[in-house]
Amino acid sequence: MRLLFGIVFALAVAAVIGLGTTWVALTRGTAYGGVTIGAWTAWPKNGTPGIDPYARAMVARTGELPVGSGDGVAFYARTDDAGLTLDGRCDVLVSGITPQARFWTVTLYDPEGRLVANSMQRQGFTSQEIVRRADGSFDILIGPRARPGNWLPSGGVEKYVLVLRLYDTPVGVATRTGREAPMPSIGRRACQ
Amino acid sequence: MIRMTLWLLGAVLLGGIVHLATVLLLPSLATRDGYARVSAIAPVNAVIPVPAPTPEQAVMPFMDPAFAVSVCRYDLSRGALKFSVPISQAYTSVSFYTRSDVAYYAINDRAAGRRVIELDLMTAAQRADLPEDQDITAADRLIVTSPTTTGLIVIRALVPEMGWITAARNALAAAQCRPQ
Repeated sequence: MRLLFGIVFALAVAAVIGLGTTWVALTRGTAYGGVTIGAWTAWPKNGTPGIDPYARAMVARTGELPVGSGDGVAFYARTDDAGLTLDGRCDVLVSGITPQARFWTVTLYDPEGRLVANSMQRQGFTSQEIVRRADGSFDILIGPRARPGNWLPSGGVEKYVLVLRLYDTPVGVATRTGREAPMPSIGRRACQ
Repeated sequence: MIRMTLWLLGAVLLGGIVHLATVLLLPSLATRDGYARVSAIAPVNAVIPVPAPTPEQAVMPFMDPAFAVSVCRYDLSRGALKFSVPISQAYTSVSFYTRSDVAYYAINDRAAGRRVIELDLMTAAQRADLPEDQDITAADRLIVTSPTTTGLIVIRALVPEMGWITAARNALAAAQCRPQ
């Protein structure tokens, strides 16, 4: 009886621990080999055959196809520079320059990777659409209300993810620091 | 008490095994992965356009809406494939994924260095079977070796401004992937 109890107990605990840690690892995004610059993180290795098992499992779960390393690299931001979750009810300023790349795009998604609906049908900018200052730097204002300049509507969603993709770029597996790859800052302004 | 601690220790160890096993097995058991999602819309060994992502629906999550995308779901079991796509004005890339969504190769228009990205896709065994004299011409013939018999070729053409969408779509419409 005691033995039976022990086995059942052990199996139950093992299942909870095993499945629980897998779930946490795959939903919280704890893939190895990330390059973090400011609020942005990229996993350049995910676009190569050297992708680690956790990232493979994550990709299989979400159903996305990672950007191939010969194509480009994708940087994800879920928070601003101060660590605050990106909130569609607040005005958020993305400002600065991007690393060297032939083209780049910045896109706003909900945490599951769906585009966010808005009346403008605008979900992002390409490097050619952006209005810049004379020195090449730019400001993108993300918020629920229309603004002059590069306004990216947030649709008022509670949480969102910004993805900055660099195409045909030297940034990749070998990149380590922000000096090699200057990413734009992300700062929260007023909230509604 | 000691008996209880031992049971707990065993449970934790078993939990670790369960964790590793699920992480390693998940890619082969996933039914809603990228390959499965594309399979639902794409026939074998043909290039077809992927609908642009909208807030309501998208074939895959985290698709870049600034791109026109086509896919070729390939099957090399009957032989090698010839692939070609004319490059669009802005930026064109071709990425190769295995059956389990691993990006094993990607090339862009500049790396291809021509007006058309042309290549042969084959398995390692098919490549080994190539006649010797054909290998000599390999300098102007790009050969990509697929680690798996099936997989995906994803062709992306950038639409840098909305007005360019037709040009990008046209370039992708001329893409071909057919058995040799």
